[in-house]
Amino acid sequence: MTRLGRFYADGEAAAPALVLTEALSFWGGIEVETGSIISRSHPQLGQCVAGRVLVMPGSRGSSSSSSVLAEAVRRGTAPVGILLGSPDPILTVGAIVAQSLYDLRCPIVVCTIDGIATGDSIRISRSQTGEAVIELSR
Amino acid sequence: MPLRLSARDRSVLNADEGAAAASAMTVLAAFAEAIGADSLLDVTRAHIDGCLYHGQVNLDFVERLVATGGHVRVPTTLNVGSLDLIHPELMLMRPDEQTSPRRLMKAHEELGCLSTFTCAPYQTVFRPAFGEQIAWGESNAIVFANSVIGARTNRYGDFIDLCCAITGRAPAWGLHLDAGRLGTVLFRLTGFPPSLEPTDSLYVAVGLLVGERTGDRIPVIDGLPPPRDEDQLKALGAAAASTGSVGLFHAVGITPEAPTRNEAFGGRPPAETIDITPADIAAALRHLSTVPDGTAIAAVCLGTPHASREEWERLLPLLRRIAPGKGIPIYVNTGRAILQSLEHDGLLDGTGAFDVVPVVDTCTYITAILERLDGVVMTNSGKWAHYAPGNIGVQVAFGELEECILSAAAGRVVRTAP
Repeated sequence: MTRLGRFYADGEAAAPALVLTEALSFWGGIEVETGSIISRSHPQLGQCVAGRVLVMPGSRGSSSSSSVLAEAVRRGTAPVGILLGSPDPILTVGAIVAQSLYDLRCPIVVCTIDGIATGDSIRISRSQTGEAVIELSR
Repeated sequence: MPLRLSARDRSVLNADEGAAAASAMTVLAAFAEAIGADSLLDVTRAHIDGCLYHGQVNLDFVERLVATGGHVRVPTTLNVGSLDLIHPELMLMRPDEQTSPRRLMKAHEELGCLSTFTCAPYQTVFRPAFGEQIAWGESNAIVFANSVIGARTNRYGDFIDLCCAITGRAPAWGLHLDAGRLGTVLFRLTGFPPSLEPTDSLYVAVGLLVGERTGDRIPVIDGLPPPRDEDQLKALGAAAASTGSVGLFHAVGITPEAPTRNEAFGGRPPAETIDITPADIAAALRHLSTVPDGTAIAAVCLGTPHASREEWERLLPLLRRIAPGKGIPIYVNTGRAILQSLEHDGLLDGTGAFDVVPVVDTCTYITAILERLDGVVMTNSGKWAHYAPGNIGVQVAFGELEECILSAAAGRVVRTAP
């Protein structure tokens, strides 16, 4: 299965999906040393975002989430890519800053996120016309 | 609509004004795309909330700008850092723990930012004017600039405020535009006596309630008594920006864009009307304190946001009248410029009889200054009371300024009202 999306931060990634059923604030919601979800009220509490393609409806909360994502990318505890149902300026800034400082990419793509389940294999690549191509297999 | 950059924006992006400005424009343009802005606009000032040390990435970001010749393009003030640089003896941190936080503050100065280190830049000589387009970070400063002054900024934060300062540009969207500033939700004070006193507690409680229930809308508050001074509106905004993400409020008959309720809403009806009753106020204040009255206290913390000259001028006579003696330290967070002016004018003469500890460049709820974290701290700040238990693990009692000083004298939480 393939779907198209729009890049907000460029890059390629291939990893199993971790699907969040609710928006997550990275600041106060992710332990930056490990990538674990620590927000007590979040349904995926205890899951780890590191090395996964994170799939979620959107993000929320403090602008400090930009720092947390960029710091997690630097430490290698961030998702390898993020699929969002709607654009998110705070995560976009975090990914762009990490790319600009460390040349490490965490692509951020806005696309339809319906029909993706945790554990599905996801590959994010770039089409010749610059669109994000999301390939899904299970 | 895709983002349209001006000729100058594109030339900055092409590194015609240097590598630092180009990288700042790259981040700013990506942010503008993500929020759906269709262009950028000029800003005349910036206030940077980037001096608090969260991790290596914060320092790397600023160091890169320094190393590539970055310089702010507009007058740019700095928010608090993690250290009191003027009173280093107050810091309860090992010297090695202070290295990166100190460098972060210094590196911002090397970019041409002004060493204000205050969260109340609106009460310095760098205060913006009505209608001025600015790019500010720090939630309480943003809400004050928009609401009380009528300057225009969105809620900027991490990295973006500095990118705006270096490029002199901000996305043309949200609170920068007329249409984005109109009220959408009405908060109505009801059930209060006509002689309602404008106490500090009332303003704090209204701020807490508005923050909790506003969401991403723009609140209009109707029925507030005229405030004693702008510090009460400062306390209201700081509280609303603590319990919620309020960047602008209108208070009918009080703030500059709300001479009438109708004008605050731009002639449209509110999407929702929420009543605030005396019982709501009492409950909000009760929830702020985590301990009952009469509990022993270890310290008093005032000045969150940083105390203005006027707030000091209310505090000093109370100290002289109540004479709390020594024993319970009374920390007062304030801007270094304000402390300097107080010292210059001799206003602090004689306060050596009390345990008053001025703290500048930082704030007591975000760093290691308080000597005792096992005790209860009393404060007159809704923002301090909201954040300190989570940030530094203390118990809190909230009260009026006078109650704070009476409590310092008694060594336990004392109230003036029945």
